[in-house]
Amino acid sequence: MDDLLETPLAGWHASHGGRMVDFAGWRMPVQYASIVDEHLATRRAAGMFDVSHMGRLEVGGRDAMPWLESLLTRRVEDIRPGQVRYTLVTTDEGPDGWTVLDDALVSRDADAGDGTPRFGLVVNASNKPRVMRWLERRLPPAGVALVDRTASTAMIAVQGPRAVEIVAGLCPASAAATVSGLGTYRCTTATVAGRPATVSRTGYTGEDGVELVVAADEAVATWDAILSAGTSLGLVPCGLGARDTLRLEAGMPLYGHELVETSDPFALGLGFAVTLDTPAHGSRAFPGATALRTRRDRSTGRVRVGLVVAGRRAAREGAAVARPGDPSATVGIVTSGSFCPSLGSAAAQALVDRDVAAAGTPLEVLVRDAALPAVVTPLPFVRRGSRP
Amino acid sequence: MAAELRFAKTHEWIRPDADGLATVGISAYAVEALTDLVFMQLPEVGRRVKAGESIGEIESVKAVSDFYAPVSGEVVAVNAALPDALETLGHDPYGAGWIVKLRPDDPADMAGLLTQPAYDALVKSGQH
Repeated sequence: MDDLLETPLAGWHASHGGRMVDFAGWRMPVQYASIVDEHLATRRAAGMFDVSHMGRLEVGGRDAMPWLESLLTRRVEDIRPGQVRYTLVTTDEGPDGWTVLDDALVSRDADAGDGTPRFGLVVNASNKPRVMRWLERRLPPAGVALVDRTASTAMIAVQGPRAVEIVAGLCPASAAATVSGLGTYRCTTATVAGRPATVSRTGYTGEDGVELVVAADEAVATWDAILSAGTSLGLVPCGLGARDTLRLEAGMPLYGHELVETSDPFALGLGFAVTLDTPAHGSRAFPGATALRTRRDRSTGRVRVGLVVAGRRAAREGAAVARPGDPSATVGIVTSGSFCPSLGSAAAQALVDRDVAAAGTPLEVLVRDAALPAVVTPLPFVRRGSRP
Repeated sequence: MAAELRFAKTHEWIRPDADGLATVGISAYAVEALTDLVFMQLPEVGRRVKAGESIGEIESVKAVSDFYAPVSGEVVAVNAALPDALETLGHDPYGAGWIVKLRPDDPADMAGLLTQPAYDALVKSGQH
């Protein structure tokens, strides 16, 4: 693990029992003690996650808005300061006429002093290098500034029903009210534990919560302050293992698993993230838009579903899905699967043929020597605010 | 005198019983390393196994791990209550958390396995 990148919190993790693993080229904690305990603490109270490995890009300049509008599957021109949107980053390459490079959050920060808009993009760690290359190739000679802020900042997710209360409690009174009142998929700047932070009401657990971006050299102090304030309310530090089981239960896709380069976003239930037409300006023209429009109107392939699997044995990524009693006829494949602590059973996300995709359809997942009974179940498996 | 535990490099322990059988489980270190155990598959009683052969699997939230026969022999009993009480492995890995009983083909094979100090040294060195 010598060549791995480290977040500003890596030393903290290692000295607090974090089991460090290679994740997308970063040395990250998969868990401190128990994934199950960390998962359940997040659902019941709060969990704190170091997500500084995620790529943080800043886009500014007078042409930043039209440039992003031309590149992202979500509209950017109508994003107001303080709004965040989930988007895909596509190219017009590939056999189908598009390639999904990544999924990302695009946010519009407060305008710069001279009135030019400023945007942030949060991309997956594994995809950041190629997203940067793709974006840099398409930069105009002037008018757009693209800066990688990953190394100079840290990102801390605080998630769970007590998360906002914990973070707001570390803010001065006016900022506390702003953070408490922040809408879902909204962002602001606030002083948190005495340090300037960007605060977004976003996350990857299905719970309420915020994601903070702070300067890299403030990361440990901010983390410690949140831990001190949150411990008595049930907050625990969590590794990426719990983050994965939480997002699996929340029905969220993970790039490299549900979502890949050749994915049909409509079949994945991500059509909401692909805005092809606008009321005022008609068709949009981001890379791959023409091919994606054709696909939207004739989306025929396997679709993403949830599977609740009988028992605790996981149906893991790559496992074949079949009709009951007919293991030779594969009707799908598991894209993510695990024991799910809030369900108390195993569950999976899978891509399956449309004729077996209806909720309630009984199926089987083939693992090693066994066929595990499974039932197609609407996503998310666990809804926000449930208290398992 | 309590019979001496021997260990495989793959983290199973084995202990000769008075009746010529041997009890097999997995080490406290292995249980701690796996954590969050959710599922265990036991071998069938009567199965003939070779040393180093996978005779079952233990699954944690993150991964599936095989466990292996430390010596060749026949499976004569399994701890059928264990899969429904995997926490026993954490509480009492060398007692109530036993997994199978084998009738070793050659009880002398056990002497070729690691002693407790040798196993502890292996774990400490990180060469596992």
